[in-house]
Order: sequence, then structure tokens, then C-alpha cells
Amino acid sequence: MANLKYFITTAYRDSRKDRGKLALFMSAIILGIAALVAINSLNYNLVKDVDEQSKSLLGADISVTGNRPVTEQLQLLLDSIPGTEEAKEVELFTMSYIAKTDDSQFIGVKSIDGNFPFYGKLLTEPVDAFDRQRDEQFILVDHGMMLQFGLEVGDSLMIGGVDMAIGGRLKSSFGSISAGSSFAPTVYITPEQLEDSKLIQPGSLVDYAQHYKVPSNFDPNEWEDLHREAFRNESMRITTIKDQRENLEEAFSSLNYFLNIVALVSLILGCIGVASSVMIYLKNKVSSIAIFRCLGMTDQQAFLIYFIQILVLGLVSVVTGAILGSSIQMLLPVILKDFLPYEVDMDISWQAIFEGASIGVLITMLFALVPLVSIRNITPLRTLRASVDQTDHWIDWLKMVLYVVIVLSIFAFLFQLTDSLREALAFSIGLLVAFLVLFGVSKLVVWAVRRFFPTRWSFVFRQGLANLYRPNNQTQTLIISIGLGTAILTTLFIIQGLLLENVGSMDAGNQPNMILFGIERDQKDEIRTLTEDFDMPVIQQVPIVTMRLSGWQGRSKEDWMSDTTKIASRWAINREARVSFRDSLNADEELVEGIFTGEVTPGDSIFVSLADNYASSMGVSIGDEMVWNVQGAMITTYVGSIRKIDFRSMQTRFFILFPRGVLEKAPQFQVLVTKSPDTETTARYRSAVVKAFPNVSVIDLGMILITLNDILTKVSYIIQFMAGFSILTGMIVLISSLSLSKYQRIKESVLLRTLGALRNQIIQINFTEYFLLGSLSALTGIVLAFVGSYFLATQELELEFNIRWFPINSIFFVVVFLTVLIGLFNSRDVIKKSPLEILRKEVG
Amino acid sequence: MTKILEVKNLIKTYKSINKELTVLDDINFSISEGEIVSIVGPSGSGKTTLLGLCAGLDTPTSGSISLTGELISSMSENQKAAVRNKNVGFIFQNFQLLPTLTAIENVMIPLELQGKPSGARSKAKDLLGRVGLGDRLTHYPTQLSGGEQQRVSLARAFSNNPKVLFADEPTGNLDEDTSDIVENLLFDLNKEQGTTLIIVTHDLDLAQKTQRVIRLKGGKVCRDQKTNQD
Repeated sequence: MANLKYFITTAYRDSRKDRGKLALFMSAIILGIAALVAINSLNYNLVKDVDEQSKSLLGADISVTGNRPVTEQLQLLLDSIPGTEEAKEVELFTMSYIAKTDDSQFIGVKSIDGNFPFYGKLLTEPVDAFDRQRDEQFILVDHGMMLQFGLEVGDSLMIGGVDMAIGGRLKSSFGSISAGSSFAPTVYITPEQLEDSKLIQPGSLVDYAQHYKVPSNFDPNEWEDLHREAFRNESMRITTIKDQRENLEEAFSSLNYFLNIVALVSLILGCIGVASSVMIYLKNKVSSIAIFRCLGMTDQQAFLIYFIQILVLGLVSVVTGAILGSSIQMLLPVILKDFLPYEVDMDISWQAIFEGASIGVLITMLFALVPLVSIRNITPLRTLRASVDQTDHWIDWLKMVLYVVIVLSIFAFLFQLTDSLREALAFSIGLLVAFLVLFGVSKLVVWAVRRFFPTRWSFVFRQGLANLYRPNNQTQTLIISIGLGTAILTTLFIIQGLLLENVGSMDAGNQPNMILFGIERDQKDEIRTLTEDFDMPVIQQVPIVTMRLSGWQGRSKEDWMSDTTKIASRWAINREARVSFRDSLNADEELVEGIFTGEVTPGDSIFVSLADNYASSMGVSIGDEMVWNVQGAMITTYVGSIRKIDFRSMQTRFFILFPRGVLEKAPQFQVLVTKSPDTETTARYRSAVVKAFPNVSVIDLGMILITLNDILTKVSYIIQFMAGFSILTGMIVLISSLSLSKYQRIKESVLLRTLGALRNQIIQINFTEYFLLGSLSALTGIVLAFVGSYFLATQELELEFNIRWFPINSIFFVVVFLTVLIGLFNSRDVIKKSPLEILRKEVG
Repeated sequence: MTKILEVKNLIKTYKSINKELTVLDDINFSISEGEIVSIVGPSGSGKTTLLGLCAGLDTPTSGSISLTGELISSMSENQKAAVRNKNVGFIFQNFQLLPTLTAIENVMIPLELQGKPSGARSKAKDLLGRVGLGDRLTHYPTQLSGGEQQRVSLARAFSNNPKVLFADEPTGNLDEDTSDIVENLLFDLNKEQGTTLIIVTHDLDLAQKTQRVIRLKGGKVCRDQKTNQD
């Protein structure tokens, strides 16, 4: 019997003149693998020095944070840390006034008492600015903000009514990776300056932190495990380097999860390309295979010859894809730089290459095997009769097994990616359902066209239409491959659109766009007048009193905390409640239970109104007692009513609402909500407020939305960059699928030409067929994408599902246009050249 | 003489959408070793179907076919492939050369498939020289004329010293002069190797050059007679 060497030689000989025909197959693999390797490499590079980076990003061994100073009791616990060094940090948001340009800016103020950070370094200009700051009492201002307002070292900034000299530029905002830093630049001031500015008032939104450096023989995690509960009970959080590393890894895994999904989409599209290009190749090889079989080759031997060809070219493509992917990974940190907390050193990751290549080889070979196993069914009788019907009349069990293995492989890959059985299952089932729906649609189309064939229509249209069901029709192959590609890409676009739209809608209509907080009681009338002087409406002006829950349903908070059967959630119990009082409900509130009490007189029972979600988080209902600690004074209240609040409204909302007649005398501050007509008025109004009321902060929601939009634009840019892989592979799928039909249609077209069909008639026939196939595939794909993205948006991303028709219409027209264009391009020879010339070239 | 092909009660039917079409109906004949036989008949009489069945390229609906003493009608496709590789040669009307292989590589296939790659090249070279193509060894089929392609096909058919050679309209695609050359080569090579030759043809002149003519009509053998050839 012939040996393996013979089959390798024959595989080589047989492929000699046809390797170019496998270019599509190779490009599909190259793109899929490149995406996978690039993304895997980025992931490995990100996590490779996460330990070192965690230390620098935290700056300490242990950090304790919360929105109020550490209590005496907790301080005792903190004193048990054998600290070699400790530091205190205060962070808050406020307005600043820039005298040089008569501008104002909302800023994040940080003040550090101690030699923090203990690890890593704050980058400033001049480089020693941070070390000199405490002695010389100047401030460090974010480099971007200084550039924006043309500020120089030596200029000054007014914060909380105090003029502060700028002593240096802040080149890196330490440990800050939140989006907030984009619209509120960081300014470092000294503890003394913080004291002078009187920025910390009752009700101010301040974050406090204490940082500790510990000796190497002390285990911070053990200490954290011991005291975590005590700090949690006071709404304080302990962070160690281990926690920081976990946070980073979690952040990376989310980023990697998204990128991997994109890579998977490219890979699956690539695999469809693989399957259809191998199918085209084998269609070309049917007569050769029949001759081999006729001369005594077994079906396994014939299969082996083509398997060797595909395997070798597949491996070459995988290696090329891995090289391309490793080159692209160098680009990814540049594209993703806004989302990475530190500069990533990109090295070649052999593990990523190995993993990407293994998954790639496995999945692409499985997809290639689907058409390859059909070689077994090629009868040697074709040497005698080329017209022997090749279609399978029975179920090919081997193919069925392959389909099952493909689905299982995709499922395994997804499971490894998401670590969630539910998500992996949902995605795999989604793909399978899409495949089956497309298969069903193709069968339905064939049946419907045959059943309702318009016999009276023009010859050209009838020919085009009949091509959908005639023998050797491509309806099934094209609808499945183009439809699946369209569905995946459309889903990607719909989800991207929904994410962007969700943010955009926050700025729509007559929503307020400016909130002023920190207004003292005696400033409220003046600020209202100032606002009205600017012709801006006072949409809402409400008092806020801060308080804490002391007990409920007749038991104290401490009693409840030790009760493991309690249903109240920790955040609802421990939060510092910001409460307002008024005598009526707002338009965005709806009473769902009980009776709303607007006013009480001294001595009456106090009935408060709770937001429905807060009431359910606390597990309280109408009539339950709730005791509040209002800055030292205990006030007993009862749940009088439960409200539902429309959270899409941009007004201030309160979980707890008191009636009038109780809190009027309590320490409080006011919040004012208004709407500015344009950015110029916004700038003038902000300056006027910060000059007259330096303690009042103006939050420009418009600015926040611009910043958020900016971030989302960057995200969508990344999505588009990554989707570029999918689009490219999608194009390959389209080209290879349509090339399939080239071989089917060319003989018919030549025959029609020979019989005297005009050039235009051939074009019209082909146009009709490809237009119908393109529209049906795109339409089915888009409908599938609607269903898929609806579930993805509502179940996974919790977005409101809205359709923007423009991108979807565009996808539809692009797919139809490309289908017709590539289809007609394939038949260009028939139109241009003589029938004999084409017959010799294509058939002979 | 030993019977090399024996066909008994052979029936072949095809199922179409709503009816069953009988292409061959109760065919019985046998062919002895070394015999040269032609199968003739009008279009649609079942000639090519009969050739395909006798050569083990297709499976009968009922009846039996024994080729070189082996009952191929009940064999699996791969078992039949082994029989073909060892004992059978083919010549087709449209040559059926592999377009991606050179002339010599096409001739070598049957030998290489038998696992005899060492002697394959020299034997293929000899055979191509024998059919007058010694200087066209590395040409691809598209670089050869129809007559030359059929001569390569002849060389390939004889390369594995088959016991039986099946030829389907071997000169059907060739002009008269080329046909003569190919016919002569076919008979000469056959004589040299003592092969049993079964030819399906429309060409009555060619049929008359064989020793026996089996005539088919409507899927049945209507005449089976010896000619004057020996």
C-alpha cells in the first residue's frame, strides 16, 4: 500500500497550480489568528508585572478609605499596625477661580499629611516640587489644566476664597484612574491651606484616607482579614496591595473579555471564510478526486491528500497570523492608552502565541473538515458521467459529529474566556440558533420561489429568480455565510450605538444641566437672585440635612448588625443619608403606598416618605419605626409613604424625605438646580458664583456629558479598530462565498451567451440573483442581530433597547451592494470575452 | 479459458422524483481472459452504465458481477478501489488526466498507489516513450493536444499491467487520423500485455476490430456475437 510519503508528494503535486485559489482560505485564518494573538499578548503583558504596578498604584501597604474621618474606635485598631510610616489624605471636589483668565474650573482637591506615596513617585515639574510643597505652602496643579488656561508656575488659583500660589505642574495624578479626573483636574494643596480654605463643612462630600507602610515581617492581609468587618460596619474600606492587584486583574479581565469577544467574532467569521473557501477549492477538485478514486485510491486516501494540503497551508497561515498579531499587539497599548493605568512594556508573549495558534489551528481545521469530509462522497463514476448527482441524499453522520464538535469547541473557548457557564452557553446557543434560522430561511426561500414562481414575468427576472432553486444553487451556502457574518457585525454595531446613545440621551430636552451644592442657609436667597439675574430658571432649590440611621423596627443599629438573619443591606444601613424636607411630591415622583405627610407640628408623630428601592433594601414597610441621628440629636420617625422615583430625571433625588416642621433648624446646606442656555452663559455664571460664593461648587453636567462622550468616543474608536478585523474577515467570507457561485453560474452564462443572450441580459440575470441573495441574507442577518442584541442589551448590559436605523440601513445596503458587485465582478469574463475563450479557460 | 468478467441477472434502476427508471434489465454475459470485446448500442441504451458497473465504479440494484474472480457487486467502495488499482485500467472519452500533474506524474499514479514508487518513474517513462511522448514527460495536460492527452491516458492505463482494460469511447473526442493512431496503440499495447479489453463505443468500425460485439438496446442485451477478428 502507498505510504505517507507518497500522499505528501501527491498533495504537493496536486496543489502546485492551485495554491493561489487558497489565498482566501489563508487570509481568513491569518486575520482570525492575528486578532487572537494580538489580544492575548496584550493581556499577558498587562498582567506580567501587575505586582510591581499594584504597589506603585496604591503607594502604601495598607490604605483605609471612607467618606468621613476614622472614628476613635477604628483609630485604635489602626494604631495596632506596626507602621514604619503613615500619612493622611483628604480629597474633595470644589470650584476654583482663575484670576488670570477670569475663568472658573471644577477641581478635585487633594491634601496629603505625611510622606505619601511610600512606593512610586508623584511626577511633578520642577521635579522636587512635591518635596518642597509643605515648607513653601504652594499648590500643584494638573498639567492639562495649566495648559488649558495658560497658567504658569507663579500664577495663582483661588480655592475656597483663598488665593493659592502655583508652585509646580502635576504630571501624573497619583493613583487616579477614574474618569472623574477628566472633568475635575487634580490640585494638590497642603493640610494648612485646606484648613484656611474652610472647604470642609457639614454636608461636604469629602473622602478621607489613611495610608500605612509596614515592616516586611508584618502581613497586611492577615490584619485586613481580622479587622475588615469592623471597618465595614463604619462604611470604611481597607485596601492592601493584594486587593489592588485583584482590582487591577479584574479591570484587565473586563477589558480582555471585551477584546476577546471581538477576537472570537473575527475568528468565527474567519472560520466561515475557511469553510467556504475550502468548499470552493474542493468544487474545483471534484473531477481530480473522481480520477484518483477511479484509479484505485480509497476515500480515506483521497481525503488525506487534501487534508495534508489544507493542514500545511493552514499552519503557514497560522504562523503568518501569529507574526501579524504579535506586530499588531505593539499598536494596542497606543490605542488603549487612555484605559490603561500604567505604561505597558510590550514583549513577545510566546504563551499568547502558542494559545492563539492552538485555538486557531483547532477551530479552523474543524471548520475546514466540514467540506473536506465530503470528499468521501465523491464517486469515481464521475469520470464516466460528470453529471452524476453529488448531493447527499442521506444524513452524513460524520458531518453531524463535526458540527457538534465545532459547537462544543466554541463553547469550551467561550467558557475559558468568560468563566461563566451561563454566558458561554447563551453565546453558543445564540450562534447555533442563528445558524439554524438561516438554514431554515434558505430552505423556505427555495420552497417559496418554486411554489409561487411568477411565470408571466420577464425572461431575465425569471432566470435570476429560478437560479435560487435550480440544481447547484447557492441559496443555502450564501444565506448562511453572508447572513451569519451580517448578524455578527450588526450586533456589534447595535450594541456600540446603544452604549453611545445611552449617554447622549442624558443631555436631551429640557433637562437641567447645572447643579450648585454646598450653599449655606444664609446664601440661598442671594444665589437664587444671582441665578435669576442670568435669566436662568431655578428648577429646584432644596435643603439637605445629613444624618445616620440609629435604629429601626424597635431595635438599635448595633443590635441589628449582630443579627445574621437581618434582611437590610449594609449600604442602606451605613450610608450617610442626605435628607430633604418639603410639603409636596415632585413631578418625577409617584406615591405607590401609604399617605404622604407634607407638614407636622411639634409633638406630632413624624411620617417620612421613603424611595421604594431604599425601603426594600431596608426591609421596612408602612408604619415601621426608624430612628435617625441628626448630628447628635435622635429623631424618631415612622414610614408614612413609599414613593417611586423616575431615575432618568436629572434633578436631585432623595431616598428619605421628611415633612416640613422638623429639620428647619438642623445644620443644613442647600442644593440649587438650574439650566444654562449655552456654554458662554455657563462660563460667566460659574465665574460669578465662585467669586461671590467661594464655598459653593458648581457641577456642569454638560461638561461631564462631554467628557463621558469623549471617553465613549475613544471606546467606540477601539471597538471600531477591533471590529476592523471582523469587517475584513467578513469581506473575505463574502468574497469566498460568492466565488462559490462563480463556478456554478459561469457555464450557464456562457451557454446563454452562445445562444445569443445580450451582455445586458446576462448582467440583469446575475444582478437579480445576487440582489435577491444579498437582500435575503442581509435581512435575515439583521433580524437575528436585533434579537441577539435585544437580549444582550437588556439581560447583560442593562441598557434601554432602542434602534438607530441609520447604521443598520447602511449595513443592509453595503452587504447588498457588495454582494451584487462581487457577483457581477465574478462574471465579468462572461460579459467581456467570447464564450469559447471562457469555456476553454474555465472548463477545459 | 478462465472467465475474467461474469455478469449475472444484472439490473440497475434509478429513482427519480415520482418514478423508477430501469436502465439495465436482466443482463447476463461473461468475458474470458484475453478477450477483446466491444459494447455498442444507441444513446441511452445503458452502455456506459454497464461499463461503470463492470469496472466497479457503481453498485448494481440487483444481480452479481464477478471481476477477476472477485464478486465486486457486493464489495464496499474501498474494496472495489483496491481491485481497480490492482487489476483494472481505464481509458475515457475525455481523457480524465489530472490537470495539476505532469504527463509522467499522471502515468505514475497507479503504480505509486500500489506502493511501488521506486520503479514507477522508469516504467512511466518507458510507456510514454512507447506512445511517442518521450519528449513531453513534464508537460501538463493543458500543454498537450487531445490526441497526446489520450496517449498519456493509454500509458497510464497500462502502467499497472491490468488484467482488464475498460475503454469508454476512447476515440470519441478525436479526429480520424488521431483516432487511428490511438486505436493502433491500444490494440498493440493490449496484445503485448495480453490484457482483456472491453470497449464501449458508438464507432462500428472500431467495434468490428474487436473479437466480440455485445449490442445493447433499451437496457437489454439484444445481440452478442463474435466478429471475424481473432
